[in-house]
Amino acid sequence: MKTRAESPAVVYTLLALGLSYFAVFMLLPLVVIFVSAFKNGVGPYVAALLNPDARSAIWLTLLVSAVAVPLNLVFGVAASWAITKFDFWGKNLLITLIDLPVSVSPVISGMVFVLLFGAQGLIGPWLAEHHLKLIFAVPGIILATMFVTFPYVAREVIPVMKAQGSDEEEAALTLGASGWQTFWRITLPKIKWGLLYGVILCNARAMGEFGAVSVVSGHIRGRTNTLPLHVEILYNEYDFVGAFAAASVLAFLALVTLVIKTVIESRSPELQSNRLKKH
Amino acid sequence: MNKNRLFPGFGLSLGYTCAYLGLIVLIPLGTLIWKSSSLSWREYLDVVTSVRTLAAFRLSFLTAFVSALVNTVFGFLIAWILARYAFPGKRIVDALIDLPFALPTAVAGIALTAIYASTGWIGQHLHKFGIEVAFTPLGIVLALNFIGLPFVVRSVEPVLQELESEVEEAAASLGAGRWEIFRRIIFPAVIPSLIAGFTLAFARGIGEYGSVVFISGNMPMQTEIAPLLIMTKLEQFDYAGATAIALTMLIVSFSLFFMINVLQARSSRRLGMEA
Amino acid sequence: MKKFILIAVVLAAAVGFFYGEGAVKKPELLNVSYDPTRELYQDYNEAFKKHWKETTGEEIRILQSHGGSGKQARSVIDGLEADVVSLALAYDIDAIAEKSGLLPATWQERLPHQSAPFSSTIVFLVRKGNPSNIHDWDDLARPGIRVITPNPKTSGGARWNYLAAWAYALKKWNNDEVRAKEFVKAVYQNAPVLDTGARGSTVTFVERRIGDVLISWENEAYLVAATIGKDQCEIITPSLSILAEPPVAVIDKNADRHGTRAAAEEYLKYLYSPEGQKIAARHYYRPSSREIADKHAGQFSRVELITVRDVFGGWKTAQKTHFAEGGTFDQISRTQL
Repeated sequence: MKTRAESPAVVYTLLALGLSYFAVFMLLPLVVIFVSAFKNGVGPYVAALLNPDARSAIWLTLLVSAVAVPLNLVFGVAASWAITKFDFWGKNLLITLIDLPVSVSPVISGMVFVLLFGAQGLIGPWLAEHHLKLIFAVPGIILATMFVTFPYVAREVIPVMKAQGSDEEEAALTLGASGWQTFWRITLPKIKWGLLYGVILCNARAMGEFGAVSVVSGHIRGRTNTLPLHVEILYNEYDFVGAFAAASVLAFLALVTLVIKTVIESRSPELQSNRLKKH
Repeated sequence: MNKNRLFPGFGLSLGYTCAYLGLIVLIPLGTLIWKSSSLSWREYLDVVTSVRTLAAFRLSFLTAFVSALVNTVFGFLIAWILARYAFPGKRIVDALIDLPFALPTAVAGIALTAIYASTGWIGQHLHKFGIEVAFTPLGIVLALNFIGLPFVVRSVEPVLQELESEVEEAAASLGAGRWEIFRRIIFPAVIPSLIAGFTLAFARGIGEYGSVVFISGNMPMQTEIAPLLIMTKLEQFDYAGATAIALTMLIVSFSLFFMINVLQARSSRRLGMEA
Repeated sequence: MKKFILIAVVLAAAVGFFYGEGAVKKPELLNVSYDPTRELYQDYNEAFKKHWKETTGEEIRILQSHGGSGKQARSVIDGLEADVVSLALAYDIDAIAEKSGLLPATWQERLPHQSAPFSSTIVFLVRKGNPSNIHDWDDLARPGIRVITPNPKTSGGARWNYLAAWAYALKKWNNDEVRAKEFVKAVYQNAPVLDTGARGSTVTFVERRIGDVLISWENEAYLVAATIGKDQCEIITPSLSILAEPPVAVIDKNADRHGTRAAAEEYLKYLYSPEGQKIAARHYYRPSSREIADKHAGQFSRVELITVRDVFGGWKTAQKTHFAEGGTFDQISRTQL
């Protein structure tokens, strides 16, 4: 048990302060979204979501995360293995580079892909010659999303793997298990919750990315508009109910994601104890 | 180290990590250097030290700094109550902390403007007292508060939970007051994670675009943030200028991140954990 | 792990397959346009599809992309494969011609009226009953008036606004550039916010109810007054304004590559037909056809219109003098601190 030595007055003051900050900055924007979405009742809300452009935007958003998240998952596991099981020169630099996309301005993240694959870009002319279309098409959107969500799995798995230690793996390897066997039978089960949490965060971020995707999408309706871009379009068409309806879908997806995350955490005491040891 | 020899897959995992990192992150970011190399050193300096760019940098760094500071205080507070107190709805609060990760930044921007514009839910009351939020630097700070909070909370929360209560109990039994325990034992232990959270929130704040443009006002020299300036330059087909500013911001983020990673590696070594 | 990689590769390949070349049955046209034309082209595309079916027997699909004019031009330069563009100002299409070579520099001569099938102008939108008593450009420079206009650096529409104010000042003070700059500066000092696009400004003015006057495209002002701003806004036409001619062009190389040149050319020509002109008028654009314009004459206020060519020597010069790095807009913002 923790010591609970603060006087009730202090506890309540702290609770009140912290919770009101939370309410103003986290809860209120969420409330605004849902209130505005249902301003004209349920009918217009449903209609906004059944619109063909909205449906294709939802479909594209799901497709993009279905590709970007598994690729980042594989990367996250490989990077964690390399970073936690081995010592090598430049490890801090590697970790920094992996973290970097979190802090790169979304505008820049989108722009670099245009500079690379755009018609005036570094390899754009070559791509055009071979009739490969990356930018202003779905592959470009996926690439930009992969860039933005790049670190999330690795960031979650590295601390978990580090905290788990390597004793069991060492034992297995000494007893003659192969590397893959050790990984599948011992490491993976140990890190699965951390992995899942990473995937969930990565997925949430992939579905919600706006800035970078906006730069590379080309905004072709029914083709290259993701759900966050669809929100902007509707907003610019003065269709505020529609915009907030689409936004509420994203907020809802985010909420579902976060609820799943909480459930996973409460179901798995190991993950909770892992989270404790993260740093 | 024999550890390196015992574990298999060093080449595969590190090779794959580096290849993927190179392909998705480094090559694209490298184009920034390639593109801005069309500028001479002097031209580069001219772009990044022009009055308007400096004003934008000042604004972006200042608002990100203030907001990261505010978030450090309140993020710590929220992490504290989440880690230590039981209250109804705690689960919900804990889950919602991650919301800004998931919510599209443009949606956040629209919602925040609806709240803080001088006709908005909160804005109209503040307006009566002569406080303007939307289209002022204050609005930018508020938007960044939303974006940055989870970084601080998620950095500090695990450390607070991990703190050995025995040490605190021992201190208490030795007659240390609650405040003294906090100051002498708890606070020093969370400082590295507070700094990490602050830096993450700060770095993210400098580059934030989607949520800020709606509420910032975008007046050149006054409320124009650096990412908007990049957009503006792109719109004018000035790729070299845009990449010059982008590169500068990238270098700042990189240095900040490198600093906290070294700091964290050191502090965890000091705490006797595996580095 | 192997399984993961395999699945990922298969998925990526599948996506590449479906979207790389795209097995398209119907011929497609991509019209890359600016913000306020969304409603116009929604209607027009339906009409054109019917017209195309009647004349050629072919089905055609028309894709739309909307955004800020400059941003859209840049996307086309960077490889967005537009068959036709319809942008806010000739400068943006000039930029495409110059930087990408996808169409000849003489594109503007290929269609009547400098390739502008319809025109518009810049007017004011004020609150119902005109409480701030705004009638002409002078009122916008009055202290205490809050003017809503987008950022001329990022919005094509905003540049028309800026030049209209400038032209008014030039006329008032007999071409005194210094006075004109002072005047425009006074107007922009009254702006609490510069949204990145014309639509953003309208939302700020109508939905957030911020500001006393919105400088806007005429067609946008009418659209707003008829829809979201109904009963809360009215239109004020200043004594002098600018003839805004949003041009259209076929992007030759893209259309040729897609084999859609015939359809693309017809798509733009049909804008000049009575049917196309009627649709434009219905969306509050001023038709270039005299006949249709006369029919809708009652719909628009009479206003003295100057052109960019006459007053500013064309868009290239205007862009350089006013909006480029270090231009007059930068100068007036710099001294605002």
